[in-house]
Parts: sequence; C-alpha cells; structure tokens
Amino acid sequence: MAQVAPVETERPTGDEDVVPDLPWIVIVWNDPINLMSYVVYVFQKLFGYPREKATTLMLDVHHKGRAVVSEGPREKCEFDVARLHAHGLWATMQKDR
Amino acid sequence: MAGPVRRSRRGGGFDIRISGRERDVLATLPETLRAVLASGDTGDPVARRLFPSAYLDDEEASKEFDEVVRDDLFERRMAAIATFERTVRADHVSEDELIDWLAALNDVRLVLGVRLAVTEESTEADFAGEQATEAAYELYRYLTYLEEHVVGALSA
Repeated sequence: MAQVAPVETERPTGDEDVVPDLPWIVIVWNDPINLMSYVVYVFQKLFGYPREKATTLMLDVHHKGRAVVSEGPREKCEFDVARLHAHGLWATMQKDR
Repeated sequence: MAGPVRRSRRGGGFDIRISGRERDVLATLPETLRAVLASGDTGDPVARRLFPSAYLDDEEASKEFDEVVRDDLFERRMAAIATFERTVRADHVSEDELIDWLAALNDVRLVLGVRLAVTEESTEADFAGEQATEAAYELYRYLTYLEEHVVGALSA
C-alpha cells in the first residue's frame, strides 16, 4: 500500500473509449439528390443485403431521414463509411447508445 | 421497349444506345468533375458533399478519418472519370466500365444538385429564368434519367 498520496495524474482522455464492446453503428442520412433505386443498389452491392432488406433500409432513409445500415467494431464501420462516401452517400458513424 | 442501357444479349457487358448529341454532352462532364476535385476547397459545399465528415460530433476523429481516406477516395473518383471519358463514345461497355459510368454520373449529379440546391420537391419552375441555371437543371434531369437506366441495367 502506498503511504503517500498519489501524485495527481492527468485525467484519462476519451472517456467514452473505456466502455468496452459497445458496438459502433453506421448511419445513412437522407439527401434529396441520390436516386432511390441507386441507394438500394449500393446497399445490395456493399453489404450483400437481399433486395427486400436494401429497399426497406432505403425507405427508412427516405421517410425517417436516416437508417442504421451496418454495425460492428470501429474499424469495420470506418471501412463501411468510406465505401459509402465513395458511392456518394451521406454516411456517419457513432457509438450505439 | 429498349432503354438507353441494357445488358447485351450475348457476350456479356452492356449496350449503350444514346445519340451522338447526348454523348457530346456527356463528354463535357469529366472536365466539370475534375475541376471540382482539383479545387481542393474543403469549405465548398460541393466538396463537403463528395467528402463528408464521418463523425457528426467529433471533429478530431473526422479529421483523422479524412486524412486516411481522402486520397483513396480522390483516386477512385479520378479512375472512374477516366474510364467514363475513354468509353463515352462506345456502343458496348463491360460491367466494370458501366460501374465507373455510374460513379461518374452520380458524382456529377451530386455536384449539380448541391449547386442548384435541389430539394425533393423541386420542379422545373424553380430553376426557370436564368439561362445557365435552366441548362444546369436540364442536364441534371437528363443525368437522372440516364442514371436510372444504368442502375436498372446493373440490377437486372
């Protein structure tokens, strides 16, 4: 046991990062330019979703303004966001909460 | 009913049946896109649309992400433009080439759509009056038509 008071240490930074195993989610936001058929095509191509699921997600984006299209570890989500950006979709990622 | 783009009956790939005048218009698009990509103006709404932030509320993480992916994203876009430019007069393209067409067409639509501030309720009347604006919206609508057919052909 330490007898003296510990030296003040710096507060850990990035508090949210210490919560383990909280998955990340990728969100696609509605925009008025991308075609509905194109968005369905991209969801199928990038994520291998069946046409029905891709269509449901596209309609969520269109009507609710956003949809969660994938989730997982941070690195996977960053990869997905980059691919969505390459296809001209407006995508962001965040911790699921 | 034959659309402008459809899967070839044999030998794979896709047939492109559009007029020479349409191809003349399409041939101007690479220059438009390259100018936008080369400007490097990250404050431009068009650039922000092509290279969006990955995090809504974390500027630092968005910046890091951007530093990692921007070059690759830029190169991919330039490669698609190059394919599109090389094949814009072709009557027949491979699937990979048509995918590059789609990327180039979609990017130009994003550029025009942001510049015109298109909304889901936009109609022709919103862009009437000034000749350059009218022409830009006419092009936007033509590209919408063509892209619908490209997506349809690739999805079929």
